[in-house]
Parts: sequence; C-alpha cells; structure tokens
Amino acid sequence: MSAIEIDNISKIFNAGSGNQVVALTDIDLSIASGEFVSLIGPSGCGKSTLLRLIANLLEPTDGNIVVNGKSPKQARLDQDYGMAFQQSGLFEWRTVAKNIELPLELKGWDKAKRHERAMEMLELVKLADFAGHYPWQLSGGMQQRVAIARALAVHPSLLLMDEPFGALDEMTREHMQSELLSICRRTGSSVVFVTHSIPEAVYLSNRVVVMSPRPGRITKIVNVSIEGERSDATRDNDAFFRGITAVREALRGVEMSDHVRGIEDR
Amino acid sequence: MSATITRPTRASFLTPRRLRRVALFFASLLLVAVAWELYKVVGPEAGGKIFGWKLLPRANDNAMPHIWEMLERYGRPEVRGSDRKIWSVVLAGAWFSFRLALVGFFVGAALGLGLSILMARFKVAERGILPYLVLSQTVPLIALAPLVVSWGGKLSIGDWTWPRWLSASVLGAFLAFFPVAVGALKGLTSPPSASIELMDSYAASWWQTLRKLRFPAAVPFIVPALKLAASASVIGVVVAEISTGLKGGIGRLIIEYAREATSDPAKVFTAVFGAAALGLAMSGFVTLADLYMMRNRPKEATA
Repeated sequence: MSAIEIDNISKIFNAGSGNQVVALTDIDLSIASGEFVSLIGPSGCGKSTLLRLIANLLEPTDGNIVVNGKSPKQARLDQDYGMAFQQSGLFEWRTVAKNIELPLELKGWDKAKRHERAMEMLELVKLADFAGHYPWQLSGGMQQRVAIARALAVHPSLLLMDEPFGALDEMTREHMQSELLSICRRTGSSVVFVTHSIPEAVYLSNRVVVMSPRPGRITKIVNVSIEGERSDATRDNDAFFRGITAVREALRGVEMSDHVRGIEDR
Repeated sequence: MSATITRPTRASFLTPRRLRRVALFFASLLLVAVAWELYKVVGPEAGGKIFGWKLLPRANDNAMPHIWEMLERYGRPEVRGSDRKIWSVVLAGAWFSFRLALVGFFVGAALGLGLSILMARFKVAERGILPYLVLSQTVPLIALAPLVVSWGGKLSIGDWTWPRWLSASVLGAFLAFFPVAVGALKGLTSPPSASIELMDSYAASWWQTLRKLRFPAAVPFIVPALKLAASASVIGVVVAEISTGLKGGIGRLIIEYAREATSDPAKVFTAVFGAAALGLAMSGFVTLADLYMMRNRPKEATA
C-alpha cells in the first residue's frame, strides 16, 4: 500500500475574489510506504501548502488525497502522521518529556504509559538525560530533536516535516540529517520533507520533487540512486553529486521561466 | 552539539536578589520618613507659593504631624475613655476591607477570565463585548455605588438577602475584572499559528487547545493583569465603603478620622497607613501567586 496518493490536486486561495492566488495546480504524486520524499522549489511554489493539504490543515480546492488508505481528515483524527516545523514549537511551560507526551495526552493515554513512551522517544533522539529540562534550557539542535521525538511519539507511519532544520547552523544540520535517517531506518516511517537546500534534499531522499511557482506545480521528480546506507561518506559520493546536479538543473529549468528566490545552492 | 546546559534547579524562596529587594523596600520607607521630617524643618508653616501658584503644603504640626506622633498614636485609645487601642481598630478595619477586596478580586478575576475566553472563542463576541468593557470603566465609581446598593437591597433569593458588604465587593470586582479581561484576551490569542497548527494536527478540540496551549501561553499576560486587578479591587472597596457609608472597613475609618484632623491630626494617618498596608497585603498575595505560576518559565518572560 502506498503511504500517500495525490490525485490531480489544486488549491486556490481567496477563490473568486480580487486577490485570488493559485497555489497549486495539477499535482499528482504517489509516495510508497517507507519512502523518503523531499519537496524543493523557490518560495511561493506551494511546497508547504502541499504538505498542509496532506496533513489536512488545509482542504484542496479540487482533486483527491488518500493517506494510509483513508481521507486526510480521518488520518489526522487517527494521528496517522507526526509533524515537525521549522520552529520547534515546543511549549516552554512543559518539560522536554511533557512536550513529547502532549500528543499522547490528547489521545487519552494514561500517565505511566505516556511517560514510558516519552522516555523511549528520548532514547531514540539521544536526549534521555534531558527529560526534566525545559526547552529554553536546550540548544536549537536539541530542541529540534525533541520536536522530532514529539512527532514520532504516537509511532506514526508517516512524518511530515516543513523545513525542520532550516533554522540550524550547517554543522548541526548535517548531524541532524544523519540522525533523522537513522531514526527512520529504525521506525520504518515514510517521510515528506520540505526544504530549501539541494544537498539536504539529495542526501535524505529516495526521490526529490522539484516544484515551480505561479502557479505551483511539479516540474520534475529526480530519483536519487545512492547505493547502500547513507552516512557522512555519502557526501563525497559521485551518486550524491550526480543527484545534486540533476536537482540543480531541474531547478534551473524553473529559473529560465522565473526568478528563483530562496534556494540554497551550495 | 555544544550548548551550555543548566540543570533546572528549584530556586530557593529567599534568594539574595529577593532579600535585596525587601531591604530596598524598607530603605525607601525610611527615606520617605526622613524627607517628611526634613520638609517640616525647612517648609513654610502656613504653606507657600511658587511663581504665584499655591504649591507648597503647610508644614505645621496640624497638617503634617511628626512621624513619631503617628506611630505613637497607634498605642493610644481610639476615643478618649475607651480601652480599645487604635492599632487594633485600624487592624480590624483593614482586615474587614481585605476580605471584601479578596471577594471582589476573585469575582472580578473569574469574570474577566470568563469574558476573555468568550472573546477568544468567538470573534463576534470580541467585537460585541470589548467596546462595552472599555466604556464600563469610564463610569465613575461614586455614581455607581448607590445604584449597586439599591439594586442589591431589592434582591433576595429565598431566605438569602443581599448583605450590605457585598455591594462593596461588587464594586471592587467591577474595577478588577477589566485588566484581567483585556490581559487574558491578549494572552489567549498570543500563541503563534505554528502552535495552533500543531494542535490541529493532533485533532485537538477547541477546549483541549485552550487548556493545553492557549491558557498556559496566557499566564505571562494574566499575572501582571492580576496585579492591576488586586490594587483595583482595594480601591473599589475603599471608595465603595466611603460612598455607601458601609461601617467596619478602613475606608470608613479614613472618613471618620479625617473629621478630627484639627483636634487629633495624627489619627487620620493611622488609618491611611492601614489602607496602604491593605494594598501591600493584596499585592503580596498576588506576588506569591506570580512566583508559583511563573516558577518554570524562562527568566526573560518574568516581568
């Protein structure tokens, strides 16, 4: 079964009014179970909108989405997915462990079971010693790891991430990318990952979906064929560089028709 | 992952910083007393003019009794021949008013919170209610006090009749609810959209979002609003006591003692200090609540 089926989606904001914006048109995408897919493109290409449509935080104007064989709304109600944003969005009045317990609390889990799961998640993101700390006592990278642990707390089969490492420095960022991959290997989650960074997209993904703006659409899907398990050595790999070149060229196609903003092309 | 990690330590109640603040408070009291006595030495006996404006207060013993006379007055009986010392009368009055103010404070805070939740929930309610809240605070308390008393006097449910003191508490609540309503509304709507989206992604109900996100996020806004509400409830109660003639409270004592200002000038100050102590007690009470509610918050968020 595929994790996500997107069938001819479009999204129009303020439809019919003077400031109507076509955010997405003719989006078709199928994401297999366990697959890691990145969405990349210049600002305004609708990649975050697409993520929110999958998450049922927005309703599509037209077309159909199936998540885990259900409607996105049902998938949201069942907490089939976990979500992480660029800002970790941790609640400053809750300890690290309590932050991770939040989605479990809302599901009505009992206290002992919640705490057990939170500790399991903290082991996973290697922050077990920080369960009793408050978010403001942690570094940015650690906060983001807590946010990922929170997203994974309900053991979702699907992770939706909107530039989760966008606010981190380069060193921390590469470290977090490796961490994320090793977590996904252990949990077997499928991931939809929105990013601005070409190397990040290529390093993490099985497929990179290149999008272009006005109106938001998919211009190309780049398959990344890197052999074996990815590690820091992957960053010196020929296949890694070929992937980067392929994505860059696909984005350049976007650039021909439109000015590209907000793409980190290192 | 280089980060300076500070273990969360439960701060002890008496930190050097807090002790210093208490010491500063008493030093400032002393400073005011010294300034008072200094003015009595250099100020004009019958008041004075600056550039034709009558600004300088009279420094004679009738208008400005010595500090020690005021303190000494506490030890003497309230009225000649009575064996009840004035300190116990003032203390009883302050305690009476404190309880009324406390009732007013809690009723006002609850009302303010309720209104803010209603306004945060329904945009229509905010547009409909908020202008009236602002308007309500422009009504002079003196004008409202007799109205509340007469409305209350007509009210009785079964065996229960409206006690006179409740009118004073209601007026305290009337002043106290406003800062809480406005502050809490600002706090309840303060969470960033990402946090709201997060709760939506968990399929959290509006009520759950209120309890787990909006309300805790509003606490740093509610705490200073409660401080305003505490002093407002005291003012409301004292003014209501004066304008409705309610006996037993500190407001009434101030009015009674002020009538004796020529024969016994130090007397009124004993009641004035009682009212000040009452205000301090209320704000101390709220400060304790503040310390408790903000104990685990980042330091920059504490005002």
